[in-house]
Amino acid sequence: MTTRTKPITGELLKLKDEIHQYAIDYGLDFYPVVFEVCDYDTINILAAQGGFPSRYPHWRFGMEYDQLSKSYAYGLQKIYEMVINTEPCYAYLLNANHFIDQKLVMAHVYGHADFFKNNLWFKSTDRNMMDVMANHGTKVRRYMERYGQDKVETFIDSVLSLENLLDTNVLFETPDVQRSRESKDQEFNQQFFHDDDDDGRSGHLKSFMRSKLFNPEENKPKMPLDEDVVQRKKPAHISPRDIMMYLIEHAPLQDWQADIIGILREEAYYFLPQRMTKIMNEGWASYWHSTIMTQKALKSSEIIEFADKHAGVMAMSRQQINPYKIGIELFRDIEYRWDTGRFGKEYNECTDMYERENWHRPTHLGKEKIFEVRKTHNDVTFIDEFFTQEFCQRMQLFTYKYNARSGRYEIDSRDFEDVKSKLLEGLTNFGQPVIEVVNGNFANRGELHLVHRHQGVDLDMAFASSTLRNIQKIWGRPVNLSTTQEEKEVTFVHDGKEFKPLKS
Amino acid sequence: MDHPIKRDHARFKKIVKGRVRDNLREYISNGEMPLPKGDGQYKIPMPSIDTPRFKFGDQSQGGAGQGQGEQGDPVDGQEGEGEGEAGEGEAGEGEGNKELDVELSLDELASILGDELSLPNIEPKGKKTMESTTDRYTSIGTVGPDSLRHFKRSYKEALKRQVATGTYDANNPTIIPIKSDMRYRSSASKVEFDNSAVVIYMMDVSGSMGDEQKEVVRTESFWINVWLKSQYKDIEIRYIIHDATAKEVDEQTFFRTRESGGTLISSAFKLCREMIEEDYNPSEWNIYPFHFSDGDNWSTDDTKLCLDILDNDILPASNMFCYGQVESRYGSGQFYKDLVGHYKEEHDKVTLSKIKNKEAILDSIKEFLGKGK
Repeated sequence: MTTRTKPITGELLKLKDEIHQYAIDYGLDFYPVVFEVCDYDTINILAAQGGFPSRYPHWRFGMEYDQLSKSYAYGLQKIYEMVINTEPCYAYLLNANHFIDQKLVMAHVYGHADFFKNNLWFKSTDRNMMDVMANHGTKVRRYMERYGQDKVETFIDSVLSLENLLDTNVLFETPDVQRSRESKDQEFNQQFFHDDDDDGRSGHLKSFMRSKLFNPEENKPKMPLDEDVVQRKKPAHISPRDIMMYLIEHAPLQDWQADIIGILREEAYYFLPQRMTKIMNEGWASYWHSTIMTQKALKSSEIIEFADKHAGVMAMSRQQINPYKIGIELFRDIEYRWDTGRFGKEYNECTDMYERENWHRPTHLGKEKIFEVRKTHNDVTFIDEFFTQEFCQRMQLFTYKYNARSGRYEIDSRDFEDVKSKLLEGLTNFGQPVIEVVNGNFANRGELHLVHRHQGVDLDMAFASSTLRNIQKIWGRPVNLSTTQEEKEVTFVHDGKEFKPLKS
Repeated sequence: MDHPIKRDHARFKKIVKGRVRDNLREYISNGEMPLPKGDGQYKIPMPSIDTPRFKFGDQSQGGAGQGQGEQGDPVDGQEGEGEGEAGEGEAGEGEGNKELDVELSLDELASILGDELSLPNIEPKGKKTMESTTDRYTSIGTVGPDSLRHFKRSYKEALKRQVATGTYDANNPTIIPIKSDMRYRSSASKVEFDNSAVVIYMMDVSGSMGDEQKEVVRTESFWINVWLKSQYKDIEIRYIIHDATAKEVDEQTFFRTRESGGTLISSAFKLCREMIEEDYNPSEWNIYPFHFSDGDNWSTDDTKLCLDILDNDILPASNMFCYGQVESRYGSGQFYKDLVGHYKEEHDKVTLSKIKNKEAILDSIKEFLGKGK
C-alpha cells in the first residue's frame, strides 16, 4: 500500500508550506497534516474504504470501489481530495489535479483538520484509527481462515444491519470514563485469572470474554434466559440505544462473533461524529479554503479558475441541500451577525423591520464566535440555533413534497418554520430512526424487544423486516419491534422464518 | 502486488453473479435485455444489494431544496442532483439508491442459462473443413531442451535407478541424476475441427403480431443466440420476415417492422430453402431454422406447401427445426395444430413450442434447446 501513495515534493511541498503558514496565521489549530499524492485508482480505493488504506475484507468495499471506478471512468464524479481524522491527519491529493486545485484542496484540508481537532464531538475518537483499522483487518482475516470466509462474511453482513443504531452520547464516554469502568472490571477479574493483555483497546470486548472464561459453562452458546446471567455479567450501564453493545453483552455469541461486533461497533462510532457534523465540517472547511484562497493564496491569473471550481462545489440543487453551501453561508452569516451586533435580547426582540435591516453595532465578535461555534455545535444544534428567517429567505430555500395528483415533486412551502423543521428532521439522530432495546426477555421467552421511538416519520417496513431478520440471526430467538404505523401502535415479530404482526 | 480491495471486488462480483443466477427467470420474464457493451461483455442492470437497515419510509416523499419558484412548481427537471463536480469530502458514509450494472461475458451468461435450464451441450453434426493444429504438452519424452525438463519425473527415474543399482543410501539420501534419467515434457500435435452453425430466424410480421408478441420473440431469440454462441465457435445469424411475401432483413428491422396483410408462411420457408442451398452446405454447417408466428396461415393449401418444403428440403438439411407459436389475441393457433398433426408431439428433428406469455420464455427455450442437437 505504501507504494501507492507518495509524499509530496517540489512545487507541491512549497505550496503546502505556504498554505500551512496562512492557516496558522488565521488561528487554525490542527494536528500535523501529512499530504500524499496518488493516482485516481488509489484514491478510489481509499474512498471505497472510508479513507483508510487497510480495512477488513468485505465485499461492500468492492462494491463501493466498483461504483467509484465506474463513475470516474464515465466522468460523472471525481474525488478531489480526502482527509482522515487521525493524528497526524492524512490527506490525499489526486496527482492529476492542477496546482490551483491542489492549493484549494490543501486549504480545505486544513479547515477539516482544525475541525477534527477542536470540535467536541470528535473528542473521544481514536486518533490511531489507521492502525486500529489495519488490526481489525488482520483479526477478521484470521477469523476467516479459521471459521471460513462465507461464515464470517455472512455474520458481518448481519451485523452491518445494526451499523446505524448508535447512541450519540457514547461519544462522550471519554477514555477516562472508559478506563475507570474498565479498571473496575479488571480488578474484579484479576482476582480470578491471569491477565495477559496484548491489546489495550477493545475493553468492552475483553471484559466480556473474561466473564466467559470465568463462567466456563457459558462457553457454549446459550440463551440469556434467566435474569441471573444479566446480573452476573454486571453490564456497565449499556445505553438502550447502543444495540451492538447490548448484543455483545447479551446475545448467545461465540467469541469471534462478539469480537466482530466489537470491531464493527468501534468503527461505526469512529465515523459517527463525521455523520453528525457533515454540514458544519464541510462548511468550516469551505469557509477556510475560500478565505485563504481569496485573501492570500490566489494569484490574479488563477481567480477565474478558482471561482469556477468553487462554484462547482457550492452548486445547490432543487432537490437536495448541499451541505457545503449551507455550511459556509451559515458560518459567514454568523460572523456577520456577531460583527454587527445582530444578536442578543435587544436584536431578537426588535420588531421594526427597517431597524433590523440596518442594525449596526460594531461589536467585531464574528471571528471569535465562529471559532466557538465550530467547537461546541453539531449539525442539529447548528441549524437549530443559527438558522434564521433572513438566512432562509436569502438562500431561497423551500420544502417540497410529492403531489400524488400531478405525479411529481412540487414546492410545498417557503415558510421559515417549515424549512427549518424539514432540515432538522433530516439531521436528528444523524438522520436515522431512533431504536432502543427494551427487553432481552420479552414475554418471558428470551425474545428481544426493540422499540422505535417514533418522531413523526414511519419506518420503511420492508427494510425493517429484513433488518429484523438479520438481528434475529444474531440473537437466535425471535426479535420484536414496536413502532407506530399510520398513527397506530403496532408490534411486529421476526422469528427467523417470517415477519408478522404480533397478536396481542 | 494488487491491493486487497481487488479481492473484495472479485468477491462482490461473484456475489452479484450469484444474484443474477437466482433472478434469471424473473429477469427474463421482465423482458429486460442485457446490453452489449462492445468488448464482448454484457451489462445487466440490477438493483443494488444494499444491507438492510432501519430507515424512514417516506424519505423520498420530500425534502428541502433551493431555487426560485412558486408553491406548486415542480422541482424535477434537474434529475440526478445537479452537482457534477461536487465530489469533495470524505467518502465512505454515503448511502443512496444505486443501480448496479453487472458485467458478464457471453460465456458467463450462457453458463448461467445452461445451469438454470440444465441444457445439454450440443452434439455438432457436420465438420467444417477448417482444421487447426494445436500443440499440447501432454506427454513425457526422454529427449528435449532443458527448459522443458520435468523435475519430478527426472528425480523419480534417478531414485528408481539408484535403488535398483543399490547406490541409494537411506542415511544420506542424495539423488544424483544422470543423463538417462532426464525426462522432458513433450508435445503432441492435435488436429481440431471447428464447427460452425447458422441460425435462421423467420418471423411472421403480419398485422396480428403485436408489439408484445415481438418482444417475446426478441427476448427468446436473444437467449437462444447466447446459448448457441457458447456452443459454436463460429456462428452466423440470418433474419427473415414475412407476411404474404418474405424478405431477408437485418437484426434491427427484424424486431421493429410491422406490416399488415395476409400471411403466407410458405414464402418464408421458400426463402429459407434458397438460403440454405446457396450459402450453407448441410454437410459442413449446423443449421437451425426457427420460425415464430401466431399460428395463422392464409389457407390450408399453403400449409400443405409448407409441410412439403419442410419434409423435402429444410428438415433433411437442418439439425433441428423449431417452431414457436406466440399466443396472440387474433391468432387462431391453427399452424401449431397442423404441425402437431403431421409430426406428432415427438419428432426427431422438429420441436414445437407454444409461448403463452413472457413467463413462458424460459420453458420454451428449454424445449428448443433441451434435446442437445
